Amino acid sequence: MSDPVLSIRDLTVEIPTRHGILRPVSGVSYDIAAGEILGVVGESGAGKSMAGNAVIGLLNPPAHIASGEIQVRGTRIDQLKGDAMRRLRGKEIGMVFQDPLTSLNPLLRIGDQLTETMLAHLDISRAEADRRAVAALEEVGIPGAAERVGSYPHEFSGGMRQRVVIALALCAEPSLIIADEPTTALDVSVQAQIIALLKKLCRERGTAVMLITHDMGVIAEAADRVAVMYAGKLAELGPVRDVITAPHHPYTDGLMGSTPLASRGKDRLHQIPGAMPRLDALPEGCAFHPRCPRVQEACCVSPGPRIEDGAGRAACLFPLTREAVA
Amino acid sequence: MALVDVRNLTRIFDVSKPWLNRVVERRQKSYLTAVSDVSFEIAERSVYALVGESGSGKSTIGKMLVGLLGPSTGAVEIRGTDLARETDAAKVDAIRRDIQMIFQDPFASLNPRWRVRDIIVEPVAARGGDTEGMAERLLEQVGLSARDAGKFPHEFSGGQRQRICIARALASEPKLIVCDEPTSALDVSVQAQVLNLMSDLKESFGLTYLFISHDLTVVQHMADRIGVLYLGRLVEEAGPDELFDDPKHPYTQMLLAAAPQLDSFGREVPPPTGEIPDPINPPAGCAYHPRCPMAAAICSEKRPDMQDIRGARVACHMAE
Repeated sequence: MSDPVLSIRDLTVEIPTRHGILRPVSGVSYDIAAGEILGVVGESGAGKSMAGNAVIGLLNPPAHIASGEIQVRGTRIDQLKGDAMRRLRGKEIGMVFQDPLTSLNPLLRIGDQLTETMLAHLDISRAEADRRAVAALEEVGIPGAAERVGSYPHEFSGGMRQRVVIALALCAEPSLIIADEPTTALDVSVQAQIIALLKKLCRERGTAVMLITHDMGVIAEAADRVAVMYAGKLAELGPVRDVITAPHHPYTDGLMGSTPLASRGKDRLHQIPGAMPRLDALPEGCAFHPRCPRVQEACCVSPGPRIEDGAGRAACLFPLTREAVA
Repeated sequence: MALVDVRNLTRIFDVSKPWLNRVVERRQKSYLTAVSDVSFEIAERSVYALVGESGSGKSTIGKMLVGLLGPSTGAVEIRGTDLARETDAAKVDAIRRDIQMIFQDPFASLNPRWRVRDIIVEPVAARGGDTEGMAERLLEQVGLSARDAGKFPHEFSGGQRQRICIARALASEPKLIVCDEPTSALDVSVQAQVLNLMSDLKESFGLTYLFISHDLTVVQHMADRIGVLYLGRLVEEAGPDELFDDPKHPYTQMLLAAAPQLDSFGREVPPPTGEIPDPINPPAGCAYHPRCPMAAAICSEKRPDMQDIRGARVACHMAE
């Protein structure tokens, strides 16, 4: 495998508060290779969006990166400030947010939003940017792109708007795209269209994608590898088929069990008792131990093994080790 | 007799611009048909689910069932009484008491200034009933603690708030609960808890649910009968097994194919084409025909009637 596009090592994000320091992301490490889609999955508050925002330098103060390294194509970016970060954003890293209406400027025609991004990052002429704007809209599947460049965001439907946002993220040809819940606000049929689009672009351009979502189905469909997060830590990391068919971490297993599935019929859903702990009241040892069905004494003391990329799949002292169903 | 009988229900909203704009811009009045000629029955002690994408009219039907909206034409009969037309106030009141609703967003549907106790007993207190100890008892039934009665909504998580909403819905001992996307705002593990709770309560209280959702897997898990809506029209109605194993309407087939599945690794299926059309100017004939792979000439001319095919009701000219 070639060098990873994105490499996160031991990333910790801290928020100092009056009541002590909160760590929404704690000791997270993973890589994303070119052309790979890494799914980051977890429930609300697991720190999945916070990790994405840390990469693109959009943490809201007082949240900040306390330790760890983020590298994009071999260049360390977590210490960049102001202008340097702004040049990188859009150029090296594109971002797709959940709500396409709030990520577009309602007062600018979409063509102008696209050319503005390209002129800021690429050394091209105005005419060339205009031409590329149309090409970008065609590439994301907007019919009549040549006419639609003059339209305002409100003239598009939700799915079409999300396509525009993807075109905007891609137009400066970044090597990494962070897609934070890109399909959550969309209907199933439109969601399927957007996922297919992301996969196609990723394959054709070799863009690395960090796909942040809470929907395991979306992950199964789109991602190559999946990182499961729980209470700010990586719980499990591995190829998507292995993680879904034979999870090693009891949390992943519980998450799978609570998803209603056709094959399970109308039996009771498996439930994980309790809820994710608050960041200001994380339990000692493994953060999952109060809810874990396999908890043992050691779990209450030791946080379990760290997942370093390539070595180890689950951050669990007593992982489930079933063979993957082929 | 069915508990709920919905017959030819239609709801039209006036979405015209204000009078002066219409005069200046020379525009006609415009109307949006949110629900169009929908008929179905809900049997006592069953779960009837309505699924559809946004704009399909599923929430509008739910609101008409509880009486938050009146129908434009058609009728909703509950135990043979049409609430919109019944003139006997006592009878209407008795039936109203049997219907409750659970909303999608548990952060918006609880008054932040009221204590949980007052929230839960309100449906009974408003009618002057005896509420002694009721909140505590209901809280324990929905899996919270009796001590929570004195707290305020902000002290609870999303899943716990939804339990409070369920407790409030149970207070007046209803027969029918309309659940409008009750778990869409919740995480998967919490969703499982709430769905299990709702199944348990259905058994112990003998409840009937109208379950409105966009999530096919949740619907399949919960429902005894499923109605699929598209652009305000009921396109298919069947039991969960028939619907998921043998979908007959092309729209249902498209929905099922598009829904992400846990076992669909690297699935490469052509994604569905097109989007839901503008409900103000719906296509003529079958509303789905511009996107339908099976569309023939008749589909753009005549709106299909409901026909019975192998245990399902399907509105499609081509279905067989």
